This record gives sequence, structure tokens and C-alpha cells, in this order.
Amino acid sequence: MTAWLSVRNVVVAALLTFLVLVPVLSSFTGNLFLMTLFTRIVILAIAASSLNLILGYGGMVSFGHAVYLGLGGYAVGILAYEGIGSAFVQWPVALLVCALVALIVGALCLRTRGVYFIMITLAFAQLVYYFGVGLDRYGADDGLTIYRKSQFPGLLDLSNRAQFYYLCLLLLMATIHVTWRLVNSRFGLVIQGARSNDRRMQAIGFPTYRYRLVAFVIAGTICGLAGALLANHTAFVSPATMHWTRSGDLIVMVVLGGMGSSFGPLIGAVTLLVLEEALPVLIRIITFPFIGQMAFRVAEYWQIVLGPLFLLVVLFARGGIHGLLARGRRD
Amino acid sequence: MLLLFLEQCLNGLQFGLLLFLLAAGLTLVFGIMDLVNLAHGSLYMVGAYFAATFAAWTGSFVAAAVLALAATLVVGMAVEVIALRPLYGRDHLDHVLGTFGLILFFNELVRIIWGPAGLSLTLPAWLNTAVPVLPGLFYPTYRIAIIAVALAVALFLYILVMRTRLGMLIRAGASNREMIGALGINIKLLSTLVFGLGAALAGLAGLMQAPIQTVQIGMGENILILAFVVIIIGGIGSIRGAFIAAILVGLIDTIGRAFLPDLLRLVLSSRGASTVAPALSSMLIYLIMTVVLVARPQGLFPVANK
Repeated sequence: MTAWLSVRNVVVAALLTFLVLVPVLSSFTGNLFLMTLFTRIVILAIAASSLNLILGYGGMVSFGHAVYLGLGGYAVGILAYEGIGSAFVQWPVALLVCALVALIVGALCLRTRGVYFIMITLAFAQLVYYFGVGLDRYGADDGLTIYRKSQFPGLLDLSNRAQFYYLCLLLLMATIHVTWRLVNSRFGLVIQGARSNDRRMQAIGFPTYRYRLVAFVIAGTICGLAGALLANHTAFVSPATMHWTRSGDLIVMVVLGGMGSSFGPLIGAVTLLVLEEALPVLIRIITFPFIGQMAFRVAEYWQIVLGPLFLLVVLFARGGIHGLLARGRRD
Repeated sequence: MLLLFLEQCLNGLQFGLLLFLLAAGLTLVFGIMDLVNLAHGSLYMVGAYFAATFAAWTGSFVAAAVLALAATLVVGMAVEVIALRPLYGRDHLDHVLGTFGLILFFNELVRIIWGPAGLSLTLPAWLNTAVPVLPGLFYPTYRIAIIAVALAVALFLYILVMRTRLGMLIRAGASNREMIGALGINIKLLSTLVFGLGAALAGLAGLMQAPIQTVQIGMGENILILAFVVIIIGGIGSIRGAFIAAILVGLIDTIGRAFLPDLLRLVLSSRGASTVAPALSSMLIYLIMTVVLVARPQGLFPVANK
């Protein structure tokens, strides 16, 4: 078997082909839900990929990454509310806000290590969450409905589902490419070196704090882009987007797919979100022959399967799905 | 004004002690097993649900509390043996993910058993009164009871950890887990006991909070973050730090919420103040955490060898 024709590559190629074909399949079968689901998956895959840069390669367990999803969304939502609809204003502002917040949060959090880092990013996420709750003018707790999507006059129409989907897919590919380039650059090697042995990296003269901070800011900024997309997709943004359990979901995607691999976060996002849709159906089908109509009620409680599943992934599949696929190649 | 301030101080003290019960369990578990337990908030929730159920069964608040405490202890030990034991010695990320899965599991389990609607727990008449603590200042008996119980628990913890053989083992386990295992101590049993103790403390906090708040799914999630903030400020692994930080956080949070609107009104317009104040008072604790972090990254009372 030639080196490039491995199980993993085949799976990734098949997945990408499928992603490209989603709008075609959707219009063919008239299944709009497929389109909505996969737009969401692609957008969250961007967010997960950005988290992968710091979590997978940099070893920084940031438990507040969903904050940037919310901030990017709020930047779009608030500007739209105030009558500024152009994407050429909205999106740069979204990125800038996220970069700034990531710079401040990162500068403080990266002074600490390990568990402290996890808890502090968590606490900062809660801080920004309450900031969102306090935005009285913009819906506070109830969130902000966005009546007009970001405008790309003469270029794109985001109300067109297919155009929007392909824009998201393109940006996902760009994110994965940029991450890959970054990780394999000198910068990326320093980041990975600092994950393995920070003290040694410092001893050979790298100011690792600065390198890690830059990575943290890049990840936050990219996630802000995903936030702007997500707000356009759902036409809504609320503090719930920034709740710490959403950050947990992003971590789950990265770890489930495979930390520190280019396509891992995408695989993880697809798996988690498809699983969320498929589990109720699966439970219903499996239990129906035994308990009849009760199966419909039982299927409502699908999360009781999902939770322990995370635990099993942690215990038995350290490299995530990507790791399992890559292991198949070596055998 | 002064009486109001005193009353808010008592409220803050009560809230802080509640946070201490949560934070003490977290910090104990972290100290001995080096385990980050996000599901601690779930145990808090489970404790509250147990209390509400047992109160409905037995009709007695005290009996319900005792039963709920025992039940949470058992649930905690079961979780430790079944789910968490394989996680020891693993990466912190694994702990975070595994216990995050446990949160989903517990939320769903509670929804299956008790349904999606919240429960409420009514206080017995003898607790639902107010007593004068100062001339002119009446304070709810139940809140005083919470303060008394939590202080007693804090004292009990201090004696347990510093003055008993079990406490000696706990401290030894915190400084070197492998070594005390090698010395013939059953470290697995010790871990289960400590986790059960932490769970019972979380359950106690939950059941005491139950009559004040509604008992609902996800009630442990936001207070868990506050417990984390307490641990960050106090220094991870230090019970003394957790105690002081918890009272600090409780006081600042409560007094901030009560008086920040008035303070801001001195600076801002009345309308501006009423919009900014609620958000700012929710964020106050986190801002203080930031200041502590800048000044002392390891918390106020760092444990030397961690």
C-alpha cells in the first residue's frame, strides 16, 4: 500500500468530498435540515480547529474558548442592530475585538500553569458571560436577534444558503491550512516545544510566554471569525453561546476528533454533532422491539449515553478518532 | 443603613461559608488525587434533589438532611470507584473531559428521575422564623443555622485533617501519593473516602441552599465556577486558603450586589447606574480574582510543594 493511501487519508478525503457535496445532496433530496446541520458543523469545526492550535499543539487547556464565538457573534449582532450592515466593517471588528480580549485574557492566564490555567480561563469565560448578560440594550439574557445578515454588496449574498455554506467551508479549509502552516513553522515548533518542556525551551533562549500568547491570540481571533459566521447562520446571538459548557463542547470536539492533528477537530465536530442528531434515532430503533412505544420517550434521554461516551473516549481512545484511524495504518 | 450593611454582611458570610463547603471538597480531592472534578457541581445538585425528595417522604427536614447527606456520600463514592479511579495519574485534560461527560450524565439522570421541572423544599416552621441578632435587626433563623452548621463543619474538617490519624494520611497522600501507597496504606480506599467526604460536603451545601433557591437541573454549574474562583484566590490544595477566600468572595459578591448600584449612582446618572450595576456586580468577583492573579499567580495561600 502506498504511503498516501492510508485508512486515515481515505476517510478524510471521503469526508471532504461529502462536505463539498452537501448542498447538492440537500437540493437533490429537498432536505433542508441536512444543509442547516452541516453549515453549523463546518462553522463549529472552524472554532474547534482554532482551539486545536492552542490545546492540541500548545498544550493550553483553555476552557473559555466559546467566549470568542459569542464575542464575534455580538460584534456582528450589535453592529447590525446599530444599522451597520456591511461585512467589511462587521467582520474586521469581530476579529479585532476577539484579538484584543484574547490578548488581555491570555496575558493574565498564561502566567499560570496546569490546573490553574484551566480554572482561570473558565473564570474569565464566566466574566465575559456576565458581561453579555448585562448588555441591556442588546437583549441581555434573552439574546439579540439579527434581522439582516452581513452584507457583501455585489460579492456574495449570505441569505443564499449554498453561498453561505461554501463560504464557511472555504474559511474552514483556510483555517486548517493556516493552522498546518503555523504548526510546521519555526513558530509552531517553539509552541510544541513549550508544551513538551517549557523550562528547556526557555533555557535555550526562547521567550515562550510571548510565543504562547501569540498562539492564544491567533486562536481567539480565528474563533471570532467562527462566531461571526455562527451569528449569521442562526441570525441570533445570546450569552448562552458563551456559557462554559459550550467551551466544554469545543474541547470535546477537539479531543474526540484527535488533538494535535490537522483534520482531527473537523472529524470531532462532525462526529459530535451528527451523534447528537443520530443518538435519539439510534436509541429509538434499538429499544423499539423491546419496549414498543416507550422507545420514543426513552430516546429523549440520549444525553445519558453521550456523557459516559466522553469518559470512554478519554479512557480508551487517547488520540481520538484520528488516532484510531492512524493506528490502523501502522498495523 | 448600618443595619442593612450588617445584614448584607451576614448574608455574605452565609454565602461564603456555602462556597467554602464546595471549595473544600474540590481542593481536598485535588490535593490527594490530583484530580480536577468538574462534576462537583453535579453532586451539589444531587444533594439538593435528595433533600427535597426525602423531605417529602419523611416530612422532617432534619431527617431529610441526614438521609440526603448519606445518599450523596454513597453516590460520590460510587462515582469515584466506577468512573474516576481510572483517571488518576492521567493528564488534567482527561479529567476535565471525563468529568464534563459526568455532568451531562447527571443532568440527564436527574431529568429522568425527577423530571424537567424544578422542586422546592419548604422549611419547617421552627426554622422559618427570624431572631433578633442585634436590637432592631432581625435575621432569618435558617440562615443563622446555615452559618452555624458550616462553621461547625469547617472546625470538624480542621480537626479531621490536622489532628486525626486519617487526616495525617490525607496530608501524607497530598504530598506523595506513591510513597504512602508503598508504606502499606490502602491509598485506593483513602481516595474513595476522601472523594466521598468531598461529595458529602458538596451535597451538604446543595441541601442547605435548597430551601433558599429552587432545586433545578444545572443549579450546580454556575456555583461551581465560583468555587473555582475561591480556590484560585485561596491557592489550590489549601483548605485554610479556601476558607478565607470563600468568605472574602461571599462578602464581596453579596455586598457588591447590594451597594454597587448606590455607589455607582454617585458617579453615573441614575439610569446609567441601573444598567451597569447588575453586570458589574456579577463581574466583581472575577475582577478581584484578576487582581489577585496579577499580584500572586499562585493564590493568597500557596501550598509549598505543589
